[in-house]
Amino acid sequence: MRFVDEFRDAELGRILASEIVATVEPGRHYKVMEVCGGHTHTIYKYGVDDLLPENVELVHGPGCPVCVIPMGRVDDGIAIAARDEVILTCFGDMMRIPGGSGCFLEAKAAGADIRMVYSPLDALRIARENPDREIVFYAVGFETTAPSTALTLKRAKGDGIANFTVFSNHVTIVPPLRALLESPDLRLDGFIGPGHVSTVVGARPFEFIPADYGKPIVVSGFEPLDLLQSVHMVLKQLAEGRCEVENQYRRVVPYDGNPAALSVLAEVFELRPHFEWRGLGFISHSGLKLSRDYADFDAEVRFGVPGVRVADPKACQCGEVLKGVIKPWECKVFGTACTPERPIGTCMVSSEGACAAYYNYGRFAREREVV
Amino acid sequence: MPHEADQLALIERVRAKPLRFRDERITMAHGAGGKATLTLIEGLLAPLLGVRELDDAARLDGFAMTTDSFVVKPIRFPGGSIGELAVNGTVNDLAMAGARPLALTLSLVLEEGLPADELRAEVEAIGAAARAAGIEIVGGDTKVVERGHCDSMYVTTTGIGTIDERASLSPSSLRPGDRIIVSGAVGDHGTAVMLARGEFELDAAVESDTRSLWPAVDTLLGAAGPSLRCLRDATRGGVASVLNELARASGTAMVVREGEVPVRPAVAGACEILGIDPMYVANEGVFVAFVAPDGAEDALAALRSVPGCEEAAEIGEVKTEPPGLVLVETAFGGRRVMDMLVGDPLPRIC
Repeated sequence: MRFVDEFRDAELGRILASEIVATVEPGRHYKVMEVCGGHTHTIYKYGVDDLLPENVELVHGPGCPVCVIPMGRVDDGIAIAARDEVILTCFGDMMRIPGGSGCFLEAKAAGADIRMVYSPLDALRIARENPDREIVFYAVGFETTAPSTALTLKRAKGDGIANFTVFSNHVTIVPPLRALLESPDLRLDGFIGPGHVSTVVGARPFEFIPADYGKPIVVSGFEPLDLLQSVHMVLKQLAEGRCEVENQYRRVVPYDGNPAALSVLAEVFELRPHFEWRGLGFISHSGLKLSRDYADFDAEVRFGVPGVRVADPKACQCGEVLKGVIKPWECKVFGTACTPERPIGTCMVSSEGACAAYYNYGRFAREREVV
Repeated sequence: MPHEADQLALIERVRAKPLRFRDERITMAHGAGGKATLTLIEGLLAPLLGVRELDDAARLDGFAMTTDSFVVKPIRFPGGSIGELAVNGTVNDLAMAGARPLALTLSLVLEEGLPADELRAEVEAIGAAARAAGIEIVGGDTKVVERGHCDSMYVTTTGIGTIDERASLSPSSLRPGDRIIVSGAVGDHGTAVMLARGEFELDAAVESDTRSLWPAVDTLLGAAGPSLRCLRDATRGGVASVLNELARASGTAMVVREGEVPVRPAVAGACEILGIDPMYVANEGVFVAFVAPDGAEDALAALRSVPGCEEAAEIGEVKTEPPGLVLVETAFGGRRVMDMLVGDPLPRIC
């Protein structure tokens, strides 16, 4: 596959791996966090960490948008979907996310009309085709997916489609990173910056990480060679005593982001005063709700939802996993009570969740032999 | 602080336990061919019915018998239709037991309002596929349900065949060192159907691989004889699910060399865009053969001479440790687990 295989070249991978070995101080242990769940997925899927020296540890961060959905918001979605007139639409990843009273897949089996879509525009099409039903799009995602929700809302408003609303769980990337960096139990040497989010927001918003917290960050692409190169760039900054924002993903990410996408976000959404993150608690100015101009399309306004905060299950340590404080296998219920088929925590559900990636791909101790 | 290896060993012990069916309702995941399907079969159906051995077909006194239902949507797709699938699917389950297919019965559930032309086309497809596979349709049943109570038509076929005397195939005969061979490029059928649904606005020249696999099995039995240990067709859940089921059933480990798995460029491209691994995508004309090391080379050469199996390839090996696990050596040079599918294969969102 052209333009894909080039970024998965095993020989180049070996060369980069040897350069990484030459860059690190043998006696020092390095902890580098990849913020984005897409990176976590790539690392496990290709076995990228098999190529790293033992003293370079990758820590998985909070950048999986479905993993950070709190249980109460899932219950709100199920409450909306239970109404006879409603067709609830969502991305496939959401179907198994546990709420306080089950997940969407179970609600669907119990009779709710819940349909998977691949784009919010598909939800809008369902609204056009079913004028006597109320179509709700259950939106999730960082600034990566928020522009497509925003564009869909602009189109719905422009075309006067009255039976379409959005239940917004959109979140922004910078506040949770700041919250993470303020956390006292965190010990990291640097960051692999989220590539997809940066296609929209650019690399500039991450300048506070070196400026205020003294940690290097490299915005990275999603192929295995991208990740190896980004790890190398972080380690090189550390070796040379530099600390700055670097952009490894220049083929896609402009330093100042995508102005058209940012302007549609500013038009359609506004920041909530605070928003709850699974495992991380309430974070100020981290969630997006529909702006006043789009209030008619806000499912929370139209339907009224329970809005009850449901505490995370006691056994679940998703918060510590999302902060990189513990590794997935160190969670008390990992792989025994909490599995991809019966998840307790969100990190075990999405393919980009650290626990699911580790369980599905990494569930094999490195030191074990295959005979 | 627990040690990682101890924790992982504990997880494998938990996974090796008999599966228990604890769900309150049937969800779509129970039909996807992955872990939920296995839980339904091992945890509810088999114990309640007293079925001990789970295989593609039952063996009864020199005969093999099997049954299969078909509910594909849309009913026609590039390279085939529900009628052809209904014949080939059952013929192939017989072939996987080493049985020469003899006859099928056919049961149709039709939706009120189904255009007669569509029904005629499918019955013609059933007849043509049966002739191509050299079997007879010897009986059947027809039911009609109200509009909305089924989706166009559902088809069930039940087949019987005679077990070939050269065949002694069973998961329990797998041995460390056995070679893993796939009979052709993987992922064609599932990709063709997914694209035919038109949900992705993606076009690619991908056709279903639906075909009778008996000619390939016949050739393989001739070339490998007793070296042929076990066969499985890689339908729902794909090659990954077959390997996991057999690793679990036989208590062996398996290692797959990712770079050697044949995947057509159009299938690889579509799966790449949708974020799906072709190893989990359904096939209707591909099987996995396990062959003792000394017979592997001849088996592969013979298989490649069969029309439709030109791309057959050796993709890995059966191992001893760690039991029950399927591991992949990635083309990039890393190593990972290849697990059973949990739900439907879903495109990633970002």
